[in-house]
Amino acid sequence: MILEVRDVSKWFGGFQALDSVRLRVETGALFGLIGPNGAGKSTLFSVISGFVPADNGQILLDGRALDGLSPPARARAGMVRTFQVPREFSHLTVRENLMAAAPDQTGEGLIGLFFRPDLVRREEGAIAERVDATMQFLKLTPVADQPSGKLSGGQKKLLELGRALMVEPRLILLDEPFAGVNPVLIGEIMERIAELNSRGIGFLVIEHDLEALTRLVPHLAVMDRGKIIAEGGPDVVLDDPLVREAYLGGVS
Amino acid sequence: MEAYLVAIGIIALIYMLLSLGLTLQYGLTGLINFGHVGFYAIGAYTSALLAMKGVPLVFSFAAAAALAALAAWPIGLISLRLRDDYFAIVTLGFSEVVRIVVTSEQWLTSGVQGIPGIPQLYGGIGGFGGQAAVFATLFAVTLIGIWMIRRIARSPFGRIIEAIRDNEEAVQALGKDPARFKIQVLVVGAALAGIAGAFYAHYITYIVPDQFIPLVTFYVWMAIIMGGVGRVSGAVVGTAILMLFLEGSRFLRDVVPGISEVNMASVRIGVVGLLLIGFIMFRPQGLMGDYTKR
Repeated sequence: MILEVRDVSKWFGGFQALDSVRLRVETGALFGLIGPNGAGKSTLFSVISGFVPADNGQILLDGRALDGLSPPARARAGMVRTFQVPREFSHLTVRENLMAAAPDQTGEGLIGLFFRPDLVRREEGAIAERVDATMQFLKLTPVADQPSGKLSGGQKKLLELGRALMVEPRLILLDEPFAGVNPVLIGEIMERIAELNSRGIGFLVIEHDLEALTRLVPHLAVMDRGKIIAEGGPDVVLDDPLVREAYLGGVS
Repeated sequence: MEAYLVAIGIIALIYMLLSLGLTLQYGLTGLINFGHVGFYAIGAYTSALLAMKGVPLVFSFAAAAALAALAAWPIGLISLRLRDDYFAIVTLGFSEVVRIVVTSEQWLTSGVQGIPGIPQLYGGIGGFGGQAAVFATLFAVTLIGIWMIRRIARSPFGRIIEAIRDNEEAVQALGKDPARFKIQVLVVGAALAGIAGAFYAHYITYIVPDQFIPLVTFYVWMAIIMGGVGRVSGAVVGTAILMLFLEGSRFLRDVVPGISEVNMASVRIGVVGLLLIGFIMFRPQGLMGDYTKR
């Protein structure tokens, strides 16, 4: 098991966004998390990735508690998140966005930069090769040298996925990878995710588009009003009366 | 006339060093430093006081850079966890604290009386030759500064600080700690400001706290805004425009009648203010274009 969420609760003032959430994601899994808007999915992501502290409970990565670890430390531990609204480095090109994401660069320290120029150049060469491969895989090569702020919504989602890949994580948290993406590109993104998963990278995917998510993941959990209300295969979950109530609203 | 031009050139180069620091901090990283003059003041007083005690200028200049950089460190640690606007206020407050400390600690700085008779950089060479030598030295230092900032801007480090400017949380999500980069940027910019301050003290040879008011910081801001934010060439060109108008407006009194000598200072600031407004209305990206127009 790569990720375990243990009884995590979060309040914002008097509003309880997360209510004793429990979640277990197996290593290499393709795990979906659905729920209506405002169910607490994105808050859960923020708590898992360390951007928002939990009031109660624990997050474990590979069985190790992440209490108090900063977001960068959690990313370096092998778990990278993306954002619901893409956060590309808009004034950098697609290529630069991806290069920036590569870990452990000597040239990211001023001392290395000025005193180890040869090493920096070698590393840049190696990173550039990985970036080329990543762009090819995500079909971003044609826009490699465009400022990323000018990309379409779908391309930005692909770029975020690419940046996450550059970190070489074992688990990627995708926040609504299909939101604002045209249907053709949705199919494309699904294929890429499935292929990456077959190479052993685990995914935890948030969506509120039920139909899209159930095509992608074999296993999902449903959240409503800060709680996990159901979990299992798509068929089981969709038949659950609690889930139908959450989605269709108040049908008893 | 040559002496006048060299004098303006020296002040322009000092401002250029300040602009380079702010280009790194704001233009590339997005840090809103409203307290640049504080580091400039630390550099000026450090080098002046050491030189008055007989310390060779090579060491007093180095100490000016080091102490200014050192002052930036805690400011970074304390305030980089704050949001942008709070950081701006903290740095503005810091520069005012520096000014008030040098005003109040009379045993060290002679307070408002200031420090007169600071040794010149090339005191041995009298007259114009000495001035020209100062200019040449400052010119070389500025070139090194330009080279350094350009090198940083085009490096992996530069990529990350520009990424921080565009979206800090996304940088965190990729496993990099923005605070580490921001502190380094703050320290390098402060060291440049410290060196600028040392050059200023040894050129003017007389410093008082009133020379280190926030207006200096905002002159530097004007320079980089007019030149083009986030570009090294913008810092250079913007400083040149600023100096042209600050100095050029000196001659206004020859053509504009009825303005007293005392009012002239305000008129000059007014002229520069109008210039800035003109730029923001008609060329907001600055003369050289800013980072959004790469």
